Amino acid sequence: MTLQTTPSNTATGNLIFSAKGVTKVYNMGEVPVHALRGVDLELRESEFSVFLGPSGSGKSTLLNILGGLDVPTAGTVSYRGGILTEATESQLTQYRRHHVGFVFQFYNLIPSLTARENVALVTEIAKNPLKPEEALAMVNMGDRLDHFPAQLSGGEQQRVAIARAVAKRPDVLLCDEPTGALDIATGVVVLEALERVNRELGATTAVITHNAAIAEMADLVISLADGRIVNSQRNTQKKRPNELVW
Amino acid sequence: MRAINRKLFRDLWQMKGQGLAISMVIASGIAMLITFLGAFDSLHLTREAYYERFRFADVFASMKRAPNHLLGRISEIPGVAQADARVIVNVILDVEGLEEPATGTLISIPEQDLPTVNDVALIKGRYIEPDRPDEVLASEGFAIAHGLNPGDKVSAVINGRRKDLKIVGIALSPEYIYSIRPGDIFPDDIRYGIFWMGRKALATAFDMEGGFNDVNLRLIRGASEQEVIARLDHILEPYGGLGAIPRSLQISHWTLSSELDALRSSGVIIPAIFLLVAAFLLNVALNRIVALQREQIAALKALGHTHFEIGMHYTLWGLTLTGIGGVVGVLLGVQMGKGMVNLYNMIYRFPFLEYNLQPLTILISLLVGAIAACVGAYSAVRKAVALPPAEAMRPEPPASYNISWLERMGMRLLLSPAARMVVRNMTRKPMRAMSSIIGIAFAVAIYIAGVFSLDSMDVMLDVQYNVVQRHDMMVTFVEPLSPEARYAIDRLPGVTLTEANRSVAVRIRHGHRSRQTAITGMNNDAQLFRVMDTSLSQVLLPPNGMVLSKKLAEVLGVERGDLVTVEVLEGKRPIRQLVVTDLVNEYLGMGAYMDEEALHRFLREGDLISSAYLSVDDLHTPALYKLLKNLPRVAGASLKTAAIESFWENLGESMGMFVFFTMFFAAVIAFGVVYNAARVSLSERSRELASLRVLGFTRGEISQILLGELAVVTLIGIPLGMLLGYGLAALTVHAYDTEVFRFPLAVSMKTYAVGVLNVVVSSIISGLVVRRKLDHLDLVEVLKTRE
Repeated sequence: MTLQTTPSNTATGNLIFSAKGVTKVYNMGEVPVHALRGVDLELRESEFSVFLGPSGSGKSTLLNILGGLDVPTAGTVSYRGGILTEATESQLTQYRRHHVGFVFQFYNLIPSLTARENVALVTEIAKNPLKPEEALAMVNMGDRLDHFPAQLSGGEQQRVAIARAVAKRPDVLLCDEPTGALDIATGVVVLEALERVNRELGATTAVITHNAAIAEMADLVISLADGRIVNSQRNTQKKRPNELVW
Repeated sequence: MRAINRKLFRDLWQMKGQGLAISMVIASGIAMLITFLGAFDSLHLTREAYYERFRFADVFASMKRAPNHLLGRISEIPGVAQADARVIVNVILDVEGLEEPATGTLISIPEQDLPTVNDVALIKGRYIEPDRPDEVLASEGFAIAHGLNPGDKVSAVINGRRKDLKIVGIALSPEYIYSIRPGDIFPDDIRYGIFWMGRKALATAFDMEGGFNDVNLRLIRGASEQEVIARLDHILEPYGGLGAIPRSLQISHWTLSSELDALRSSGVIIPAIFLLVAAFLLNVALNRIVALQREQIAALKALGHTHFEIGMHYTLWGLTLTGIGGVVGVLLGVQMGKGMVNLYNMIYRFPFLEYNLQPLTILISLLVGAIAACVGAYSAVRKAVALPPAEAMRPEPPASYNISWLERMGMRLLLSPAARMVVRNMTRKPMRAMSSIIGIAFAVAIYIAGVFSLDSMDVMLDVQYNVVQRHDMMVTFVEPLSPEARYAIDRLPGVTLTEANRSVAVRIRHGHRSRQTAITGMNNDAQLFRVMDTSLSQVLLPPNGMVLSKKLAEVLGVERGDLVTVEVLEGKRPIRQLVVTDLVNEYLGMGAYMDEEALHRFLREGDLISSAYLSVDDLHTPALYKLLKNLPRVAGASLKTAAIESFWENLGESMGMFVFFTMFFAAVIAFGVVYNAARVSLSERSRELASLRVLGFTRGEISQILLGELAVVTLIGIPLGMLLGYGLAALTVHAYDTEVFRFPLAVSMKTYAVGVLNVVVSSIISGLVVRRKLDHLDLVEVLKTRE
């Protein structure tokens, strides 16, 4: 039995994601590992949601499934009415290409491309992108356009990664531990960038973290444990990233 | 098994595809080494044994006619161990089933004993018996070509009379391991045969009773060949001596020796290329392994493994691959060596030629392979040994990149980010890109260098037979004839054009150097045989003086305008100084040419002719052949087209195999290079490529980035390989620049195209194999961890 409560009371905007009974079982060698055990979830347009939970709670698996990187063992996920769980491999690629922006803990920048080029990588294949320079300016990286990843600090690399993720004007921005590898001050700068992007572009944003403080800047906070959603609540008042204390 | 060795084998199993690709390149190199050296051993050892057992001569001389008692004087020349006098004549043969006349060389042998020098090896049947003047031994090649066996007969035209020769035995001689009709380019067993006949019978038939026209000497160990030749020439001069030659210039021995030389140099150069490429591949692969296993190396060190053990561990990677390659290479090399020896058995006639591979050759081949492996492993092993354990526990720092020089030159705006990734990766590790490029280049070059000889032969035959010699048939006379003979030939059925020549044996001296050759007297307006340069321009003969082939001039150290001393070795044997007015670059032989009139004046003779070139109407050839077979003064008639056809027929199949193997080995290199490079790139960049997939790039798009780099490497390697192949071809042509042949440096478009296509296809195949791995990239896994 799941203990989740559907956040229907104060929710506004159109439904973007709807997940029902999502289960994921990995076969690690001979032992089946239940990463998700029947998750139901709804995310709405322009919402900023934070997924909290300890290691192994299933939050990354859930995010990967929402992003079209992984498919559930059972259950359905729909995106704007389309059923993601029935999509083919190449449809999932097109989905990621045009609708989803990803940000990872370890940035995953292409070391052989400069900041501007890393962003251009995406703007060249997107339908209605920002200019790379615009995207980088949005995360305050407008002055480091021609630096290679090896010439940037961790926070700077992560901001380039955010710029790369948002440059396509994604409908959904998915961030897996975006501040996990960063110190506090740098983390705040990165969160500010995320917040600004969410606000200015209106992308539905989901952030995974095990840092509970970050939850205070979200519209919606979802807690996972052991493959289930154990709590889901709406913040009536959002804090700005520089007001967070952790 | 020690745990560290278990690790080795399991790790190797993990990268079995890549390991196999490297092993196969090593196997190719070792197979080539075994093939060439094994063929060399077989040919060399067999030849030495054959020469020894059948008493092959050291010095050869022929003359017009010497009395028998002269042999005593010749035997007394200091340094001579044995001397044997013979009668040798060329005759026209009429063989059943062959329309055109064939040529036979009849060689006298003693009726009672075996020849003391240049003995014959009886393959079938029996030796001739005394007082049976029609009995002969036939050479094996001719017998096989015509299905002749002891008991069969062949007709020879001897002094205008047909004489039936009864074959009682089939034989071989060390003198004719390679037998070629004088004036031909290729051996032709159908139209040329050697027959050994009783001395008395042969002498009687050719008015040589009490005399001989050929002498062979065996020298005692340490005797001076040059001195013996000088004395022999002196003794033979009054008897029409044509100048003695040492074994090294005897045509069969010479041909075999150049083949052995070629085997030895190919046996070094070609395997070296393969092993060099293998070392490159190993270097790249092992460096990647060491980078991937940083943490493991650190752990091993922390556990107390010594530098030596760690160094040995990674060296063993290379040596294990060499071991696998070595086994495959030796097995393959033995098969190919046997094939090569079979091919030699078609060209060279030995009583026994068996494949003989010395254990030492195998040992050397494996050792060379192991050295290549160690060279390839060296830098990676050093890196593993030098890695400080504490630092190795941490992952490698991120790779740093720069704007490449190519982009700085202005290409930047033309390139998409994906293309920039390709360019920057290559310029960041230029040595690796270079080694892949060189590997591809070698793959193209090996094919071109292996196969161009066919193009070269084509060009040579085309020039020789369509431009220089435009006749259909050449008729040689037993001895020089008066010019009326020309009109007799003109009247033969089907003859549309006759051009007579005067050819005379001479010795040309310049300073202390000298060579025996023939001067051919010709007309500047000749149509059927002209003095042509390889640039296809006619060289005009001066009213006085002579034109030498460039090779002869080189051997004699002569330049245009120099004076040379010409000793005529026939007739009145005049000696005169002549000026060399011009040099002509020719593919065949070492000819000397004079204006016909000038030659006659020099020889103090009338308008004698010694051979004629004919243009013949095809319709009348059967009648013409029939007549030629019975003409008393004709020593031989050779047909141009027949010679070329039989050559290609003989070698066509073997050449096909040869081309196939060359293609195969070139493909092995190309596949190995591209596959290895692709696997290493994939291993280094799977995270990067997976990130792109997450960003929405399709499989095709990320394949383009990975395979694009390989495509660039291949595309740069190809023209380089064409150049390299041309260079190797030039080296080969240079190595075959001999007194008998010069090959033109010609590489056809087809050879280039097939060589390139072969590499492109191999590259694409290996690219597709890697592409399949790309399709199975685990997107989730690769993002979770930092590299």
